[in-house]
Amino acid sequence: MIAEFGYGITLVSFLVAVYSVVAAVYGATKKSASLVESSRRGMLLTFPLITIAAGSLIYLLVNNHFEVAFVYEVTSRSMPTYLKITAWWGGQAGSLLFWSWLLAAFASAVTIRKWDRDIEFLPWVVMVCSVTLVFFLGMVVFYENPFTRYWLVNGNVEPHMFQPALATIFTPQDGNGLNPLLRHPGMVIHPPMLYLGFVSYVIPYAFAMAALITGRTDDRWIRLTRRWSLWAWLFLSFGLVLGGRWAYDVLGWGGYWGWDPVEIAAFMPWLTGTAFLHSVMIQEKRGMLKHWNMILVILTYALVIFGTFLTRSGVLSSVHAFANSPIGPLFMAFVSATLIASIALVIYRWPQLRGETEMKSMLSREALFLLNNLLFMSVLVICFWGVMFPLVSELFTGQKVTVGPPFYERATAPIFAGLMFLMGVAPLSAWGHSTVKTLGRAMWKSALIALVVTVILFITYTMNYIALIGFFLIALVIFVTAQEFWRGARARQRSQNENFFSALSRLMGRNRRRYGGYIIHISMMLMAIGILGMEAFQTSTQGELAKGDALDISGYTVKYRELASWDDTGKGVNFTRATMDIYKNGIYLGQLHPRIDYYFDSQQNMTIPGNRSTFKDDLYIILVDWQPTTAMGATFKIFVNPLVNWLWVGSLLFLVGIIFAAWPDRDPAEEISRRGISLSATQPSAAD
Amino acid sequence: MKKFLYTFTFIVLLGILFTGAALAQDNLPTDDEVNKVAHDLYCPVCQNTPLDVCPTDACKDWREQIRGMLAEGKTEAQIQQYFVDQFGDRVLAAPPLTTKFNLIIYIIPPLIILAGAIILFRSLKEWTTPKAATASSSEDGTEASPLKDDYLARFEEEAKKQK
Repeated sequence: MIAEFGYGITLVSFLVAVYSVVAAVYGATKKSASLVESSRRGMLLTFPLITIAAGSLIYLLVNNHFEVAFVYEVTSRSMPTYLKITAWWGGQAGSLLFWSWLLAAFASAVTIRKWDRDIEFLPWVVMVCSVTLVFFLGMVVFYENPFTRYWLVNGNVEPHMFQPALATIFTPQDGNGLNPLLRHPGMVIHPPMLYLGFVSYVIPYAFAMAALITGRTDDRWIRLTRRWSLWAWLFLSFGLVLGGRWAYDVLGWGGYWGWDPVEIAAFMPWLTGTAFLHSVMIQEKRGMLKHWNMILVILTYALVIFGTFLTRSGVLSSVHAFANSPIGPLFMAFVSATLIASIALVIYRWPQLRGETEMKSMLSREALFLLNNLLFMSVLVICFWGVMFPLVSELFTGQKVTVGPPFYERATAPIFAGLMFLMGVAPLSAWGHSTVKTLGRAMWKSALIALVVTVILFITYTMNYIALIGFFLIALVIFVTAQEFWRGARARQRSQNENFFSALSRLMGRNRRRYGGYIIHISMMLMAIGILGMEAFQTSTQGELAKGDALDISGYTVKYRELASWDDTGKGVNFTRATMDIYKNGIYLGQLHPRIDYYFDSQQNMTIPGNRSTFKDDLYIILVDWQPTTAMGATFKIFVNPLVNWLWVGSLLFLVGIIFAAWPDRDPAEEISRRGISLSATQPSAAD
Repeated sequence: MKKFLYTFTFIVLLGILFTGAALAQDNLPTDDEVNKVAHDLYCPVCQNTPLDVCPTDACKDWREQIRGMLAEGKTEAQIQQYFVDQFGDRVLAAPPLTTKFNLIIYIIPPLIILAGAIILFRSLKEWTTPKAATASSSEDGTEASPLKDDYLARFEEEAKKQK
C-alpha cells in the first residue's frame, strides 16, 4: 500500500517537474508572467511531493518491509533504526531519489528569493533545475524504482512494481543488510555531503544558462550565485575529506586516497569548481574572462552529472556492464545533450561575452589566476583521461588495463607543486599590474624564512629532496599568507588608530572572502604536510606473530598479547579483536586493538585498524589474518604514517575558512569594497 | 675406527642436511618481501586494489604464490610477467608500453595541457599588447597592492558614506 503510494507520489512529482519545464519555456517566450509564476509554483511543489515519497520509502525501510526489493537489498532486522534511515542513500535507486530530493530543496530555496529586477532569469532558472529534476526523477520512475516489490509468479520470485496476474506478494524473512563498509558514521555523512555539493552546483549553472539565454551576460549571474558556489564547494570539499577519513578508518589499507575512479569522479567537479571560484573573481574585479567562466560552470555541471553516472552505472567495472544497465546510456545521453546545448549557447553569445578591460602585465593577479586555472585544468585532464582510458582500451582492444596511483601521482605531483607556488605568489600580486621587482620585494622575506625552515628540516628530518621541495613550498605559502594578514592589519592599525587585534578582526570581517580564502590556503598547506608525510615517509611491515612476539618498525615495537573472538547476536556481528602492546624506544605507550568485524547478514568483513595518532606520526595496525582454532598465531600489518594527522587538522581549519568566507552577512561594507575596486578598475557594463 | 668414520660421515651429512633445511627455512621470503612485489601488482578480481592490501581469500592465495616464486628465486620482473601472462595487463599499475595503443594514455594529456598553455599564453599576449584606444580608458599603472594605506582610506571613506 505504502509502496504504491510512494511510487504514485514520485510519478506525480515527475509530472509536475515536466509541467514546470514546459510552463517556464512557454511563459518566457510568450512573456506571460502568470505562466512563469505557475512554473515557479510547480517547482516549489516538487519539494513537498518528493519529501512525501521519500517519507514513504523511509517508512518501508524502518519497518522491515522486505517485500520491497530495495528494502531487502539495503537493510536487515538487526540494523539500528538510524542506519535503516540512512540506508536510503545506500543503494542505487534510493540514492537517485535522494539526489532528486536535494535538488528539489535547493531549487525551491532559490526560487523563493525576491527576484525584483532579476525576474527575467526566473523562468530559465526554473527550466534548468526542472530539466535536471525531470531527468533524475525519470530514472527513478522508469528504471531504478525503489518501490518495486517481490512477487511470487508461478513459483518464481520476480520484482515488479504492480501485481502481475495471479501473483502473490513475496516477503523474505530478513533483508540482505547494508554493506558493512557503509555502516560507518563517516560513510553515513559522506555521501550526503558529496551529493549536497553536486546538487548545489546545479544552481550556479542554472543562472549561467539563464544569463546566456536572456543575453544579460554581465556578471549579475555570478553575483547572484556567489554564495551558492561557495557552499557547493564547501560541501564537495568536505565530502571528499570525509571520504578520505572513512577510507582511513575502515578500509584497512593504511591510506585515505587511492586514486580510485569513484574518488576521481567526485574530485573532477571539485577541480573545475575550484578553478571557477578563482576565475570569477577576475570577472567581478576586472570584467574579463566571461567566456571562460561560462565554460567552467558548464564543465562543473557536466562533471557532476558525469560523476554520478560513473559511480552509478557500473561502467567502471566494465563497459559491458554499462551497456547492460538501463541508466548508463541515459546518463550519457543527458550529459552529452546538456553539454552540447550549453556550449552552443556560449558560442551564440560569444560576441557579448567579450572582456571589458585589457590585461596589463603577465604578472598581474589576473594573469596568475589564469595560470592557476591552467594548472587545475591540467589535473582535470590527467584525471579524466586516467579514468576513461581503461574504458577506451577495453572498447577498442578488448584488453582491460589498470590506471593506478603511480600514474596519477607522477603526473600530478609537479602540477600540485606549481599550484602551491602560485598560492605563494598570487596573493602578493596586484590586480592589473605587477612586476618582478614589486613581487620580489613583497616576497623575499617569506622566501628567506621558508628557506631557513627547509635547511633546518634537511639537517634534522629528511634528505629526501622531493619532500624538501614540498616543505619549502608549504613554508613559503604559510609565511606569505601570514604576512598578508600582518600587513593588512598593520595598515589598518595605522590608519584607524585601533589596536592590532581589533584591526585584524575588522579587516577580516570586512573582506570575508579574501581572508577566508587565505585561511583556506593555510589549511591546504597543513593538509599538504600530511599528504607529503604519507607519500614520502610512509613505512610498513607485516608478519605472523605468536603470542608474546613483537614486530619492530620505525622505533616502535608492537607486541601481540592476545586475541578474542565473540558473537554479538543482537548486532549480527562477530568481532575478532587483538590486543597489542605498543612501545616506542622501549617506553610503554599503551594498547591498540585492531579488529575484524564479520557481518552475518551480508557475509562481509570490515577491517578496523588500531590507530595511535600523534602530530609526528600515526601507528596504524591491521589484523590481517589469524588461526581460528588455536588462536595462537595472527598476522598483522603495521603502518607508520608520518604527519598524516595534519591532513585532518588542515581539513578542520579548511572548514573554518570556508564558513568564514561564505557566512551570509548583511554588512554593506562588502558591497562597497567590491564597488570600490570595480570603480578603480573600470565602469561596470550594466546598471550594476 | 671404521665404525667411527661411518658415524662421523653420517653425522656430518646429517648436519649438512639440517643446515640446508634450516637455511631453506630462512630463505622463505618474509611478508614484507612478498608485499613489496605485491604492492605493484593489482588484484585481477577487485578493481584498483593493490595486491598487498587486498583482503580477499583469492588475493591471499596470490600472495602465497608470489612467496613461492620468490623462494624459487624468481625476480620481481619475472613474477610480474607471470601474472601478466595469466591475467592480462590489468594486473599492472599502469598500462605497459608493449602496445602502440597504450601510448595514447601517456601522450594525450600532455598534448591537451600543451594546447591549453599555448592558448593561454597567446591570449595573455594579445591582452597585454597595449592598444591605443583602451590604454587611456583604464587606470594608469598605480601599482596598487590592494592593502595600500591610501586604498584602505578610500575604502573606509566610502564605507562611511554608505551608512
